[in-house]
Amino acid sequence: MNIERMTIETAREQVARKQTTATALAESFYKRIEAEDSRIGAYLALSRERAFAKASEIDRLVADGAPLPALAGVPVGIKDVLMTKDIVTTAGSKILKNFKAPYDCTAVARLERAGAVILGKLNCDEFAMGSSNENSGYHPVHNPHDLTRVPGGSSGGSAASVAAGMAVATLGSDTGGSIRQPAAFCGVVGLMPTYGRVSRYGLIAFASSLDHIGPFTHTVKDAAIMLGVIAGRDPLDSTSADVPVPDYVAEVGRPVKGMKIGVPDEYFAEGLDSEVRAAVEKSIDDLRAAGCEIVRITLPSTKYAIPTYYIVATAEASSNLARFDGVRYAYRAEGAATLSEMYRRSRDEGFGAEVKRRILLGTYALSAGYYDAYYLKAQRVRTLLAREFETAFAQVDAILTPTTPTPAFKLGEKTNNPLEMYLNDIFTVTADLVGIPGISVPCGKTRAGLPIGVQLLGKHFDEGTLFRVASAVEHAAS
Amino acid sequence: MSTTSKYEPVIGLEVHVQLLTRTKAFCSCSTEFGAPPNSNVCPVCLGLPGALPVLNRQVVEFAVLAAQALNCTVNETSIFARKNYFYPDLPKGYQISQYDKPLAEFGHIEIDTADGGKKRIGITRLHVEEDAGKSMHEGVNASDDRTSVDLNRSGVPLIEIVSEPDISTPDEAYEYLTRLKEIILYTGVSDCNMEEGSLRCDANVSIRPRGQKELGTKAEVKNVNSFRFIKQALEYEIKRHEEVIESGGKIVQETRLYNPSEGRTYPMRTKERAHDYRYFPEPDLLPLVVDQKWRDEIHARLPELPEARRARMMADYGLTEGDAHTLTLTKAMADAFESAAHKATNPKRLANIIQTELIGRLKAAGLELEDSPISMEGALLSADLTEAGTISSKMLKDLYDKCFERREDFPAVYEKEKPQQISDAGELEKIIDEVIAANPKQVEQYRAGKKTVIAFFVGGVMKATKGKANPALVNELLPKKLEG
Repeated sequence: MNIERMTIETAREQVARKQTTATALAESFYKRIEAEDSRIGAYLALSRERAFAKASEIDRLVADGAPLPALAGVPVGIKDVLMTKDIVTTAGSKILKNFKAPYDCTAVARLERAGAVILGKLNCDEFAMGSSNENSGYHPVHNPHDLTRVPGGSSGGSAASVAAGMAVATLGSDTGGSIRQPAAFCGVVGLMPTYGRVSRYGLIAFASSLDHIGPFTHTVKDAAIMLGVIAGRDPLDSTSADVPVPDYVAEVGRPVKGMKIGVPDEYFAEGLDSEVRAAVEKSIDDLRAAGCEIVRITLPSTKYAIPTYYIVATAEASSNLARFDGVRYAYRAEGAATLSEMYRRSRDEGFGAEVKRRILLGTYALSAGYYDAYYLKAQRVRTLLAREFETAFAQVDAILTPTTPTPAFKLGEKTNNPLEMYLNDIFTVTADLVGIPGISVPCGKTRAGLPIGVQLLGKHFDEGTLFRVASAVEHAAS
Repeated sequence: MSTTSKYEPVIGLEVHVQLLTRTKAFCSCSTEFGAPPNSNVCPVCLGLPGALPVLNRQVVEFAVLAAQALNCTVNETSIFARKNYFYPDLPKGYQISQYDKPLAEFGHIEIDTADGGKKRIGITRLHVEEDAGKSMHEGVNASDDRTSVDLNRSGVPLIEIVSEPDISTPDEAYEYLTRLKEIILYTGVSDCNMEEGSLRCDANVSIRPRGQKELGTKAEVKNVNSFRFIKQALEYEIKRHEEVIESGGKIVQETRLYNPSEGRTYPMRTKERAHDYRYFPEPDLLPLVVDQKWRDEIHARLPELPEARRARMMADYGLTEGDAHTLTLTKAMADAFESAAHKATNPKRLANIIQTELIGRLKAAGLELEDSPISMEGALLSADLTEAGTISSKMLKDLYDKCFERREDFPAVYEKEKPQQISDAGELEKIIDEVIAANPKQVEQYRAGKKTVIAFFVGGVMKATKGKANPALVNELLPKKLEG
């Protein structure tokens, strides 16, 4: 049984047709994890007990000839920022070392209810803050395509585990590009749904107004299947939208003839790697060949996206991370003489450097006298960006850009230069700020064999169009 | 406090009122008071990672009802905001509150002033927020160096009502709080129980030379747990401000705590004062929209408020202002009174009896109206009997005393205690003989065959016995006596 590039459909079919059992399938994935993950470092924790319990439940269904749910027996991995009941959930941070979640994230519960087998928890940048997975409080993740390179971040483990065949699909989270960028670096499909499409309940918050949960998969079709399972209103998340969930899978492979694809000038400017440019331009040509109309558009406020993002995201993070104070749970420094010392030392010893940097930035941005100049202004820029996208989407069905300016960089290459690291998200942050969906699809490789991703952005709640266009890109690239 | 002082105090009050919802503001945990520590908690009110708040609809309806009762304008859209600070009983490290777009604004309350007039105290704003937990610094664990945290109260809904600095004396502050509490109690959205912390008050006070427009530097007095103490704390503060200024000093803007046993205020430790709360809109909650339709629905549930009710009761039942005041002190009292008053022969009589006989006895016995041995129906019977002259006021007092002694309602006690019948044949015969002897003409008529005259004699006997004669016995004895 070849599991390296096993899709959801294949996995489910093999279980349904009794070519394998869910238990045997889970075992093969655990074997592969044992064999491969010491080099890659994607998993932080394995949840064998829970996985095999679910697998045997599915096997009983099969034996009884009962109807099988959409993800019956499909082995999946979960980014460690998502709460998983009774399984250690650390958000990649030392401050939550050994923290067992007392409840399940809604998206995780929905996957499991659909028959998915949860293999374990995936490494990530601490509290999802980073673009290389080097900010993990535990260990870095290596890119399966080149172990000297980063898998991207913050959902590095989620991308690398799919790329290395250590899960059929995984969940990650995207606040500024944390799904799409690692998907591009690792050569897999990564989807960030519309804000409100998937419940955030149980996602350890980084920046509440920017956080999204989404899937990593081998194929666009698998991404559509995953979204169909996790999407939809959740009464536990006030910001989850009461919008019907359409049949996403039906959009995969639909002809794209006559569709209008916008290509924004600002995303093809200086600094774009030439091999990335060539691969993305090839995808544009492929779509044109498939009958799409390519429309040059302009999104002039793009240049403000990174600073805007780093104000909003850090401001919200400074508040969201206040709860890790060592009082009820999380790391508490020993021997503090006063309450204030307990707070300072617990947080100083528990959080990593990047998390502390962002808490400081965010605290500053919200401080009396600076709020209007920073936070309020950033929110106005968000409105401006949203209006530009609205204008663009009046002309086009989807927007196509490179996912990242470069392919995966070397481990250690940017760790001493936070600003350069932040610029890695330059093509992805805007969608988070505006709340529109985005998907990264593999569109080729560099001469050195590094994957390249193309990003498609769509209208609010129009993931269907993204799947349609993305499957055309995928088809042409394969 | 002397009113001839050359300084004029300026007082504003911030009142926190706990809403009587069954569940918390942002989760479905119970708000029950007195449950074992940390038993009414869940991921949301514990501030666990990944948990999200969901607004309780009842909180909005109660807050809007209170806002309408306080004559506020309810904003169509209001915004929840995070108030960030670290404290062990604040599990998220921020409190969900409202900041620059509160639920309601521009309200007012009418109060009675010392000179017998009325004064309007403005209400700046009314907003919704969640309570924090409770830190317990002693008596919980064997070792006294530990602090325990109970998060049962974490997430319990509050409204904060901020007054304009329109209050000029400690007495007015007391009156404002009394009226505010009365109105809130009428709406039923809170029990305003200060001991259980469901009503808390902070006061801002400054003084300025009479006639000066600019405000002086204020001090904030926090955590005062009775209206009386607020008054005392304000009196103390005003005197302190006067002394400081008179002796050439300057008032420091600070937060102070009132110590009721010493009758003075102390500054809080500096560390607890300097806060930059870094308010920003709560991204986990959508803007709260209360549209006209919803506002109207809630408004339809607004009960008649004390001020209006007093005026109507004076007109409907011929009460004095004093009567109306006493009988509307609580909504329960006013409702009970009215349920009986419209059936009373003379409602004013009922009002008098309640005030002079019932309320005093309840107070003396330490009872609430709902625990009164005498029901409103009972009070009604007593009023009607008194009005008809059947019982004297002296008898009424005796009967009321007996009701309270025996914890029995008025009708039952009256039934047992009402003047006993004369059923002794010998005693009655004597009276009958007297009546017969006094009316020879009617005796003749009877003996001549006009038997209906007997009714005249029955009436006579009854009158002579003040109605105590056993009528059956009288009917039996009379014919024999008349026929000789």
